[in-house]
Amino acid sequence: MIAGLSTAIVVVLVVVLVPLAPGWDAVKRSFFDAETFVNTFPTLLRAFLLDVAIFAWSVPMIFALGLAIALARGAQSAALFPLRIFGAVYVDLFRGIPVVLLVYLVGFGVPGLGLPRPWNSPYIWGTVALVLTYSAYVAEVLRSGIESIHASQRNAAICLGLSSRDTMRYVILPQAIRRVVPANMNMLVALQKDVALLSFIGPVEILRQAGIFKSLLANFTPYVVAAVIFLCVTVPATRYADYLLNKDRNARS
Amino acid sequence: MPDPKLSLRGVEKSFGEAHVLRGIDLNIGAGELVCLIGASGSGKSTLLRCMNGLEPVDDGAVLLDGVDIAEPGFDLGPIRQRIGIVFQSFNLFPHMSAYENVALAPRRVLQETDTARPRIEALFQRFGLADHINKYPDQLSGGQQQRVAVIRALAMRPETLLLDEITSALDPELVGEVLDVLRQLRNDGMTMVLATHEMSFARDVADRVVFMDQGVIAEEGAPEDIFSNPKRDRTRRFLASVLR
Amino acid sequence: MKTVLTAAIFSALAGAALADGHCAAGKTLTDGTLTIATGNPAYYPWVIDDAPESGQGFEAAVAYALAEEMGFAADAVTWVRTSFDEAIQPGAKNFDINMQQYSITEERDKVVDFSAPYYTAPQAVLTTETVMAAGGTSPTMDFLKELKWGVVASTTALPVVMEQIQPNQSPLVYDDNVNVTAAIQAGQIDAALFDLPTALYLSAVVVEGGAILGQFDPNAAEDPDQFGALMPEGSALKACVDAALAVMTENGRLAEIEAQWLQEATGVPLIK
Ligand SMILES: Nc1ncnc2c1ncn2[C@@H]1O[C@H](COP(=O)(O)OP(=O)(O)OP(=O)(O)O)[C@@H](O)[C@H]1O
Ligand SMILES: [Mg+2]
Repeated sequence: MIAGLSTAIVVVLVVVLVPLAPGWDAVKRSFFDAETFVNTFPTLLRAFLLDVAIFAWSVPMIFALGLAIALARGAQSAALFPLRIFGAVYVDLFRGIPVVLLVYLVGFGVPGLGLPRPWNSPYIWGTVALVLTYSAYVAEVLRSGIESIHASQRNAAICLGLSSRDTMRYVILPQAIRRVVPANMNMLVALQKDVALLSFIGPVEILRQAGIFKSLLANFTPYVVAAVIFLCVTVPATRYADYLLNKDRNARS
Repeated sequence: MPDPKLSLRGVEKSFGEAHVLRGIDLNIGAGELVCLIGASGSGKSTLLRCMNGLEPVDDGAVLLDGVDIAEPGFDLGPIRQRIGIVFQSFNLFPHMSAYENVALAPRRVLQETDTARPRIEALFQRFGLADHINKYPDQLSGGQQQRVAVIRALAMRPETLLLDEITSALDPELVGEVLDVLRQLRNDGMTMVLATHEMSFARDVADRVVFMDQGVIAEEGAPEDIFSNPKRDRTRRFLASVLR
Repeated sequence: MKTVLTAAIFSALAGAALADGHCAAGKTLTDGTLTIATGNPAYYPWVIDDAPESGQGFEAAVAYALAEEMGFAADAVTWVRTSFDEAIQPGAKNFDINMQQYSITEERDKVVDFSAPYYTAPQAVLTTETVMAAGGTSPTMDFLKELKWGVVASTTALPVVMEQIQPNQSPLVYDDNVNVTAAIQAGQIDAALFDLPTALYLSAVVVEGGAILGQFDPNAAEDPDQFGALMPEGSALKACVDAALAVMTENGRLAEIEAQWLQEATGVPLIK
């Protein structure tokens, strides 16, 4: 009740006071122009489909590679020590480099080595950059999930005669993956936003399309449109991630 | 006694500073039911875990049918099928139903697929869990979970069963039922080692009772001897404290 | 015209300090100083070595000539740097005029003010010798349609590509010249559209094996790409700037500067 009342007061204040600010008219024309909003919306929505597509084909690769790296990092036997080192270096390296830099380095650098078309496509190498970075994060999340499974579970499986591979596959991983679903959901929300970084190497996705409109129309409303479209996807996704997180917390307590 | 099924020779085990097992010598005959008793922390669980190689021993030998399985580099995989273990804390897999918990190892290790089902259902029947076969661990009581853990071990058809306080979580009226099952298992020729705090249980069911104290076997013998006529002071003191 | 002449006389007499009667007097951010913005960095051949203070480079030279025409001595000119976004954001500006190859468009003119044009830029096609070898020597529209195009997002090159060339594959779009040249080098695009001076510079200095495929005749274009100095919306200075530019066009000063800094632009074949 009080929360509702105070929210209402804040909303009223914002709605009433902001337009009173001296610069409001100019800001309104530049950022909230209704005509520009309507005119640019369809094109921006179409450009957003490219974001969705890049996201959709990146996610399976990110999780496959992330899982492989997580398993490499957790490799037990001495013979697999190089694998463990590789996993550690991979995670440190790709978590340490900002995604933007990797998009540039991989997106322009690798094709610059002389790959023929279509293998030098910015879509391919931009995706590779995203996959490298995000699989490093996912690997760490999965590894923390694997380590959070109590040793007694592994012991029970081993005492039943299960191989360590089967133990991982049937006993540890299903529990670990379930446990890190909320963390991974947050990762996906971040990825959805970082997909826009591919525009730096050419693809015209929603942010770039908004930038083009901004330049042509000298108006920032297209950015507001893009923000609205993004919010329509990320807010439900973030809420869902929080919901899963709470559910998980309640289940454990 | 014929050649022992399982034989421990001078087994030593430390966790860092804590010297938990200090020179354990113990023979367990085929088909015998041995009860380990002793104060909390005396090393019963550790001893059981050394028997199936889950804990590597620091020194000494663990002979299974005369073969030292404690030797470094020994392939314990096949041994684990022959020695089942049920833990104090059940350790069921929470993401699997009771049936799946039991069926996993037969399917993956024994390569049984369809043949396991009737066998497993019969085991659930025998332990009074037929109605709970498709429930998940968090839908089962502690006692029910413990019985599923026993079934899970039995489904691998072990020759030897190591049981770590499996009755401690059971409802009193179910203890007798489990005792009957253990007796049947012994009649089937199952070798069993059982760590327990329930003295009446040890007295009723054991062929032999082993009293552990601070990592050594302080006294062992037939249950009548240990419980009615203990030779050692510390056995007497322990029994006095638990049988009050 | 009269005011301008008066201004010229006054500036000759008064030096840095502006007399009250001068057109620009009291209309600049800082009285007696003309604050001019350029890009960050500013590129050749518009500004040489990213040092507009030197007056070297086309826009730097125009800026000083314009300032002089308006009655500001060279030491009364202050340089600042802005991005495109800063320049067209609503709110206060930190410059009197902004010169960084802003194409004058109707939409932009709603938000900011533009001076009269100081340069009409032919659009030119930057490509590589490899592409030229594949048929670019006598460029036809059909050949251009087959190419994979790249453009800089904030320029008017994209509408030109989309409307005049209408390529078969959708163009890739970049933040700045450097990224476009990186994409050409990586073989991700075949060609890019720039104003001719920029294209010449990039093909000669930046792109290895770069070449100019041709230029579009600016006089043939319905809507030629003209650069104007950008000013805040409703700037009081606009009239003074326009008047000064008119004088510079008339007396040949602009053409002189263009010939000095953009002379290579002649001799590039026209695309029909
Ligand atoms: N993994 C381990 N790391 C360190 N110390 C351990 C470990 N496992 C057991 N110990 C220690 O070894 C000693 C013996 O433990 P153990 O579990 O064998 O006792 P127990 O006789 O089974 O006791 P309880 O009757 O309470 O089950 C204890 O002091 C315990 O703290
Ligand atoms: Mg114990």
